[in-house]
Amino acid sequence: MDLTADFFSLFELPKSFRLNLSELDSRYRDVQAQVHPDRFAHGSELERRLSMQWATRANEAYQTLKKPLERAKYLLELAGHDLQAESNTAMPADFLIEQMEWREAVAEARTGGDHHELEHLHQRLAGDLRGRYDELGELLDECHDYPLATDRVRRLMFLEKLLHEIDDALASLDD
Amino acid sequence: MALFQIAEPGESAAPHEHKLAVGIDLGTTNSLVATVRSGLAVCLNDDQGRPLLPSVVRYHADGSYEAGYDAQKQQALDPKNTIVSVKRFMGRGLKDIAHLESMPYDFIEAPGMVKLKTITGIKSPVEVSADILKNLKLRAEAALGGELVGAVITVPAYFDDAQRQATKDAARLAGLNVLRLLNEPTAAAIAYGLDNAAEGVYAVYDLGGGTFDISILKLTKGVFEVLATGGDSALGGDDFDHRIFCWVIEQARLQPLSPEDARLLMMRCREAKEFLTLNPEAPITARLNSGELVDVKLDVASFAEITQTLISKTLQPVKKALRDAGLRVDDVKGVVMVGGATRMPQVQKAVGDFFRQEPLTNLDPDKVVALGAATQANLLAGNKTGKDDWLLLDVIPLSLGLETMGGLVEKVIPRNSTIPTARAQEFTTYKDGQTAMAIQVVQGEREMVADCRSLARFELRGIPPMVAGAPRIRVTFQVDADGLLSVTAREQTSGTEASITVKPSYGLSDDEIAEMLKASMTHAKDDAMTRALREAQVEAERMIEATEAALAEDPHLLSAAETEKIKATIAKLRETVAGDNRRLINIAMDDLGYETQEFAHRRMDQSIKRALAGRSVDELQALTPHGEEK
Ligand SMILES: Nc1ncnc2c1ncn2[C@@H]1O[C@H](COP(=O)(O)OP(=O)(O)O)[C@@H](O)[C@H]1O
Ligand SMILES: [Mg+2]
Repeated sequence: MDLTADFFSLFELPKSFRLNLSELDSRYRDVQAQVHPDRFAHGSELERRLSMQWATRANEAYQTLKKPLERAKYLLELAGHDLQAESNTAMPADFLIEQMEWREAVAEARTGGDHHELEHLHQRLAGDLRGRYDELGELLDECHDYPLATDRVRRLMFLEKLLHEIDDALASLDD
Repeated sequence: MALFQIAEPGESAAPHEHKLAVGIDLGTTNSLVATVRSGLAVCLNDDQGRPLLPSVVRYHADGSYEAGYDAQKQQALDPKNTIVSVKRFMGRGLKDIAHLESMPYDFIEAPGMVKLKTITGIKSPVEVSADILKNLKLRAEAALGGELVGAVITVPAYFDDAQRQATKDAARLAGLNVLRLLNEPTAAAIAYGLDNAAEGVYAVYDLGGGTFDISILKLTKGVFEVLATGGDSALGGDDFDHRIFCWVIEQARLQPLSPEDARLLMMRCREAKEFLTLNPEAPITARLNSGELVDVKLDVASFAEITQTLISKTLQPVKKALRDAGLRVDDVKGVVMVGGATRMPQVQKAVGDFFRQEPLTNLDPDKVVALGAATQANLLAGNKTGKDDWLLLDVIPLSLGLETMGGLVEKVIPRNSTIPTARAQEFTTYKDGQTAMAIQVVQGEREMVADCRSLARFELRGIPPMVAGAPRIRVTFQVDADGLLSVTAREQTSGTEASITVKPSYGLSDDEIAEMLKASMTHAKDDAMTRALREAQVEAERMIEATEAALAEDPHLLSAAETEKIKATIAKLRETVAGDNRRLINIAMDDLGYETQEFAHRRMDQSIKRALAGRSVDELQALTPHGEEK
């Protein structure tokens, strides 16, 4: 095992999108309990540096694997599919139109201070996302259809951003 | 053995000996030092039995100073040379400091951080804080009868990089080995959580004299995980005093006050504030230098009214922290109150109303941070007794980013990331043949560079001339477990790597610290050289001890030849420790560091494997002496 091992191997977890999150939690904690800088506060300089590198790596791995979108992107990267390079291709028009409609609805609810409507939009979008992640799990873990999965991930990137904007709008109404 | 000859009486370098470590709460108003004795965290009192040390330092013409109650008593007589609430100036420039006009000091603008002109000379807030820390260090050493191996120093969770770095510099200047900078609310959570075997989500609301912090933590068996933190590093009990001060000036129609009168009146306002905690009405009387008599009465209702905006100002960060943690009010199982200013009934009521539950006030809000810090210091020093072991996962309070085109901030590490953390970002040139690039590092949540705090500005030179857009410059941010940042930049396409690492600009260099130490030594019996030698010896002893413990624990990770080599290097280091040549000690330490590098890697590897597989030690012994494939 070394610092360049992939995130799944670091926690000795199978390289799959469907992941047992509580298992991830407990392995992350097990690893941190061993490598965290607090274990080496009185250690040598080298031990302190190594421990910082390992703990940093464990945090990065945990953050990446915890969130489904990041996990999917990471799996694609491991499979040699560079999202960056493929993100130049335009999204299909119907998807973009749908996006614009969502955005208009959010903007309207926001300016109108409509808390209820924003909550509703959040629920709807969150439900939509769940379905899409189920599909993504199939594409990645069973079909191994990486090109199609890449397309789905790119869509999800838009949608997660949108969800974020709804939450921001809700937060701004709260203050 | 050489090791024992140089040990001070009362101190021993023997492996399983209890190591003297303390936790220090370096507060805006009050500071404390605590330690773990016979398994129990206790505050160490001064010779008059008082645990608190007012964070006040008075400088005299002869270069001497006093810290604590004596200095506090004199503050109205000698306001210019008596520095109170110096924590508000740590890592701060002149323009960052609120209510400058009601402070009596002669400020001097200096790069990165203000300085104060006193009768002793120009003092940076770092030096003033170091003088407070020295006082506590002496107190601890007297009480414990030996040299400290290290200290955990607490900082407000919402302190930014500049404020943290300044705090660490102050501790080093005071001659303390900083085991860790620990966030104050996290320290409180440790003290509370371990005492109450608490499980679940807790909020720690910490309103001190000059800072406000809110942290949301998840406590599960043996793990303290900070989910989000927020606050205001310039909001505290002092601001309540200031509100009363302004109210009195208005009520009594006072003309602008002299520094002495202002300080006197401010003290009266603070007394009134504290009096109102248990009483319905507080008299405020002061005979000013001008001969004028101030005599007004403030009642609870008016007090609540003039300070209401301050309290709602604390609730904004609370909401934000909850949101960042992805939680709602109902998810919070308990609210721990910390800091003297949480004694105010209107604060308790507002917090209780917000969280829809009675806040927990059964802890001493003055001591809880120091006690938690002591508990953590004990763990970090290696004094754990096996069963009491826990893991602390803390976060960075503010986002870190870089300036991009048009003065915009590109976030590199978002706030509330678990530390230690690192993130790399790639940049390129925008002109053909460009060989240098300016990099500006900022901290804060706003989108424009101008609205964030600038931490460092440096230039990356030696980029090989290429067409615009061809170079790939990788800028890496590393935040360590103290929440401190270092930045490395490197050009990657060319074989020649231009790489630099910067500590943000306001931090003191080792040389500056050594210089300041030397300067301060002219007033002490100690001499800087002896001190540096002693420090090297202690460090070397620590290293020997750690290496020997590792050898005893994991002999199977080394071949016989490797073990011999390490033992020989230890023996050499031991020889130098017995002598008085600091340079030789440092060289021998470097040698040992080099010889044990591979060993350290193998040990780290092994512990991770063990953690994951839960395999028994016996099985691991079967591994080959050369460890596993890398
Ligand atoms: N009984 C009290 N009622 C109201 N405020 C109090 C009381 N006791 C202390 N304070 C205030 O608490 C603040 C100091 O709190 P403390 O936790 O010691 O601060 P710090 O951590 O900044 O040193 C001061 O503003 C002080 O006036
Ligand atoms: Mg405090």
